[in-house]
Amino acid sequence: MTEPFERVVARHGPTVLRVCRSVLRGADAEDAWSETFLAALRAYPELPADANVEAWLVTIARRKAIDVVRRDARHAVPVAELPDRPVPDGARDLDLWRSLGDLPPKQRHAVAYHHLAGLPYDEVAALLGGTAAAARRAAADGIATLRRTYPIEEES
Amino acid sequence: MTELAALHERLVRSAADEGLLDVAYRTVDSPVGPLLLARTPAGLVRVAFAVQDHDAALQELSDEVSPRVLEAPRALDDVASELDEYFAGRREAFDVPLDLRLARGFRRSVVEHLPSIAYGRTASYAQVAALTGSPRAVRAVGTACALNPLPVVVPCHRVVRSDGSPGRYAGGDDAKLALLALERRA
Repeated sequence: MTEPFERVVARHGPTVLRVCRSVLRGADAEDAWSETFLAALRAYPELPADANVEAWLVTIARRKAIDVVRRDARHAVPVAELPDRPVPDGARDLDLWRSLGDLPPKQRHAVAYHHLAGLPYDEVAALLGGTAAAARRAAADGIATLRRTYPIEEES
Repeated sequence: MTELAALHERLVRSAADEGLLDVAYRTVDSPVGPLLLARTPAGLVRVAFAVQDHDAALQELSDEVSPRVLEAPRALDDVASELDEYFAGRREAFDVPLDLRLARGFRRSVVEHLPSIAYGRTASYAQVAALTGSPRAVRAVGTACALNPLPVVVPCHRVVRSDGSPGRYAGGDDAKLALLALERRA
């Protein structure tokens, strides 16, 4: 028994918007949200009944956010020197996204599922395999690496 | 409008453009309580009274038609305005296309014959059984009326007992009386 897609949008729409906003700004985040749910709607009839819908949506959202970032990057103007003033908000998120993308897959997924999607560690573990403690360690290692590699100071 | 509401509206538009809006629905207020209206690209597929449980009706649509179900009020504007006219006594028959896929077999045959009972008139379950060419299927006609996927629009409320008493109705006995009274008055 698959529930009407409207319920999926109502229940998970805010979380997916949070995920999109955490890596993209303004209209880009909205584009990623829209593309995520349109892709999800297309694939929804084939989704296994026991699938973790939120994790599935977060996975699609991640892919769509990457698409949006790539699309924007193609339109970016190359500059000879890096500016010495603070990097604007949009670019800062791009950096975070790249730093996140450089993490080993398990750490990246643990960070995205726990810190971006808000899944508790036992659900993260169910998605990644292994124990909740291992998921917690992977996320912590990922965050530690981000603290070193993410070029701009953290958002307060 | 909240941001999520605006995003939802955008999703409905894109879904329709891409041919992914398999079931669009909305609810409308009416003199017989809130009505759930749902349509497919083929036509109006479901009308449900509040006593029939709108959530259950949406789940049935998801199971029987497609889980690509979205709340899309504008997709049902034409149905809503025809219903407004009907309840105001200014409309006797509905022009919107109908999708009868939720009524199969004999039930489908009954549903297809119901519109031949004129506005403001009634027919007995036995008369409807005769209309469908199965005069002995009186009880099955009762079941088909009770399970009519498009009550109000397909007038199962015009089917009454042979003694003239209204009989049962999926929307509740009061709703049936109200619809019959509306049509007598108009």
